[in-house]
Amino acid sequence: MGAHKTISLADEKMQYEFTAKLKSRLMMTLGIGVVMLILGIILLSLGFGETHHAAEHGKEAAKHSAEHGHHEYYWFKRVIANLWLNATFFNGIALIGVFFLAFNYVAHAGWSVIIKRVPETFGYFLPISMGSIIALFLLQIAMGDNYTLFHWTHAGITDPSSKNYDAIIAGKSGFLNVPFFFARMVIFFALWYGLFRRLRSFSLQEEEIKDFKAYLKNPVIYNKAVYTSAIFLVVFAVSESVISWDWLMSIDVHWFSTMYGWQNFASWFVSGLATITLTVILLKEQGYLKSVTKHHLHDLGKFMFAFSVFWSYVTFCQFLLIYYAHIPEETTYFNARLNLWDGYYKFLFFFNFFINFAFPLLVLMAKEAKRTTVILKVVAGAILMGHYLDFYLMIMPGTLGDNSGFGFVEIGCILIFASLFIYTIASNLAKAPMIAKNHPFIKESQNFNQFN
Amino acid sequence: MQMTSPVREPLVLRQIHDKNRKTTMHDVTNDICRQVEAAPNMRWMMALGISLIVLAYGSYTLYRTWFFGIGEWGLNKTVGWAWDITNFVWWVGIGHAGTLISAVLLLFRQKWRASINRSAEAMTIFAVLCAGSFILMHMGRPWLAHWALPLPNTYGSLWVNFNSPLVWDVFAISTYLTVSAVFWYVGLIPDLATIRERATNPISKFVYGLLSFGWDGSTRTWARYEMVALVLAGLSTPLVLSVHTIVSFDFATSVIPGWHTTIFPPYFVAGAIFSGFAMVLTLMLITRYVFKLEPYITLNHIESMNKIILVTGSIVGIAYITEFFIAWYSGVPYEQYAFINRMFGPYWWAYWSMMSCNVISPQFFWFKAMRRNIYATFALSIVVNIGMWFERFVIIVTSLHRDYLPSSWVMFWPTYVDVGDYLFSFGFFFTCFFLFAKFLPVINMAEVKTILASSDEDASVHYAEEEEHAKEKAH
Repeated sequence: MGAHKTISLADEKMQYEFTAKLKSRLMMTLGIGVVMLILGIILLSLGFGETHHAAEHGKEAAKHSAEHGHHEYYWFKRVIANLWLNATFFNGIALIGVFFLAFNYVAHAGWSVIIKRVPETFGYFLPISMGSIIALFLLQIAMGDNYTLFHWTHAGITDPSSKNYDAIIAGKSGFLNVPFFFARMVIFFALWYGLFRRLRSFSLQEEEIKDFKAYLKNPVIYNKAVYTSAIFLVVFAVSESVISWDWLMSIDVHWFSTMYGWQNFASWFVSGLATITLTVILLKEQGYLKSVTKHHLHDLGKFMFAFSVFWSYVTFCQFLLIYYAHIPEETTYFNARLNLWDGYYKFLFFFNFFINFAFPLLVLMAKEAKRTTVILKVVAGAILMGHYLDFYLMIMPGTLGDNSGFGFVEIGCILIFASLFIYTIASNLAKAPMIAKNHPFIKESQNFNQFN
Repeated sequence: MQMTSPVREPLVLRQIHDKNRKTTMHDVTNDICRQVEAAPNMRWMMALGISLIVLAYGSYTLYRTWFFGIGEWGLNKTVGWAWDITNFVWWVGIGHAGTLISAVLLLFRQKWRASINRSAEAMTIFAVLCAGSFILMHMGRPWLAHWALPLPNTYGSLWVNFNSPLVWDVFAISTYLTVSAVFWYVGLIPDLATIRERATNPISKFVYGLLSFGWDGSTRTWARYEMVALVLAGLSTPLVLSVHTIVSFDFATSVIPGWHTTIFPPYFVAGAIFSGFAMVLTLMLITRYVFKLEPYITLNHIESMNKIILVTGSIVGIAYITEFFIAWYSGVPYEQYAFINRMFGPYWWAYWSMMSCNVISPQFFWFKAMRRNIYATFALSIVVNIGMWFERFVIIVTSLHRDYLPSSWVMFWPTYVDVGDYLFSFGFFFTCFFLFAKFLPVINMAEVKTILASSDEDASVHYAEEEEHAKEKAH
């Protein structure tokens, strides 16, 4: 506690330097990721990584061996599922960057101004993640029924005369059909990215202001940013639910849950907060963002704590209500995660609650924990891992069943997306000053204190 | 030191009668103690009188409910749960704003909460008591109410069913009521001590002295006070979520179409905050006007609360649409019918009242002029609570009245006893609120005094000067 000395903006390192060292490291990570992915594919197509399941499951072995003639079917689907997982997960983090910006504008938040430039760069990843998602979707459609993650895209599924006909899926086809699905993706992407660029441009316009004192009397640019943020929040609230149904819930196409969109939002939001926290701490350790004090970290810690609990709340409520009512159409989702395939996902299902609920709850409970960089780094890392796992649990059972795993393909995909993400953040951080010095609340943020 | 951007509006305004003078700590004490110290006036007596008359009528119907049993209500074999539980959920929902303001906004360090938390918390406690009264009412045998508690007993195998969400409700609401009451009372202690110090008549001096627990105002006492407030805030924050979550479980754990949907818990919580804030606004706008508290409860406060109403109202709207969409998407014909029946069935008027009051009406608050218009705010705050009452009625009655067996399809219509019992809760609520408003300080004086400094309009000048210095240093 006590008074702390405010660091003048003149002492701040305003220009982020994207060093050649970091650049080459990221390129190397990307390269390793690609190599691991290729290695994983080769191993899978040679039959490593799936045969043991067939051997273990006596009864199912016969069924499996019939399919084992086509190894490429498994490796292809597993690669697609992993790329889809990472693309949607990182797309969420990018989107949360914009969301963070927007709700802080609308709430007239002062404390977060000093770290504003960090989430401001996340939106630049949207073209990469959305590009991957759109490309992956088109690829699945092009490759045909055996290769797609989405059962509802199969040929003849809505045609009563076809042997593939599924009455329930046919009932959903007004919403789940390829053109509408594709159109939603493109429209949402255009809205998110367009609004993000607008917010970013207001932020950069504020940099040009010469007379800050006069600007404070009538902060036109700031007001425009608040206005745009409100529009973004409305778009986000609607689109976030819809894309959760589209990209994730429709994998288990017969199943439905009204909570799903909000649960997925919680997962993305916590991951986004963890990414912001990690980035801020790493930048501070490199000598940037000197004005960020324990008081700011404390708030980021509170956010991670609160929304970890919120994620647990919605996830547990969804589970409890379905478990309690015990309606077969609904319990199938959790049955796959708890009992099917000899409880293949059972451990992960419970571990998910441990890493995403118990761990942040207990570790971040104390005040000092939220103000200590080491602890924040550990928790943020655990949260990112934990929510990757949450996405894994949402995607894998419905697509790969017990043929999923964690090997070269998984690690390779994570490395590829993580290095691209960090590269995007770093290169865009270098394009604007590290601190939004003409934001109307900059002084509040510099002098931010939790205790008065 | 703490900085406040000049872009922000001051939290405490200048005095009404003397605009040249800034509000001082002494003004705060005088303005807020005024009605506590003055003799009750005619307006207050009339308001209390009307509340007591309503309470008396309600007590008569309550007597009928208990004496003749709940057959006095409009329930029937198909709709076994209607008006009573609607009112219960409605009151519990209203009882959410107080703790949200006092606990969540305290954790968020939202200073604007200082001048509204006291009466919001009081309102919360009264609303939860009203909600509890409906549980007692529809027990049929209220003298056996303690059977809802897991008490060690000699009744043989009689024991509560821990699997029942109704029992969870008992735990959640009694915990919430206890913590809210303690939180509210702890916050009152320093102000009661202030009134004790100012009291001229020995009876008030004695009573307020007793109520203030010998508060001495020392630094150590203040430090403890703040620590207790923080701990209680930490305890009540999960309670804000848990109470209405568990109320929603009463419905969502069942297999009734329209009740069993996983979004219920967070959407009920959002709806509760929505209606709670509306009720706070209804009461605060009157209190502010009658007690001349405009410098403390400013347009800025009203605007902030209206923003919360807009956000929570829109969340509720998204939840309605999500439920409706997923009912279609699920392909379950019962679910689909339940929602079609809500919209176009015999209770269509209840559904569309709910939609227009809860989803459409708050959208007016997108406009700043509406958010800062006292009359519009007052009207909408009432509209919102009408809408929230209809929401519960729609969920409960429309899902029940047409069950799986079409031969048992019926309508529910309330009797005068149903209405009378509802009036009982209104009479009780307003009697409590008027007593509170007269005998206790409606605004937390101690906390408002701490934010006077951040409302200093000279800060803007200071702020600009600092900026000049920073620029010089940069060159």
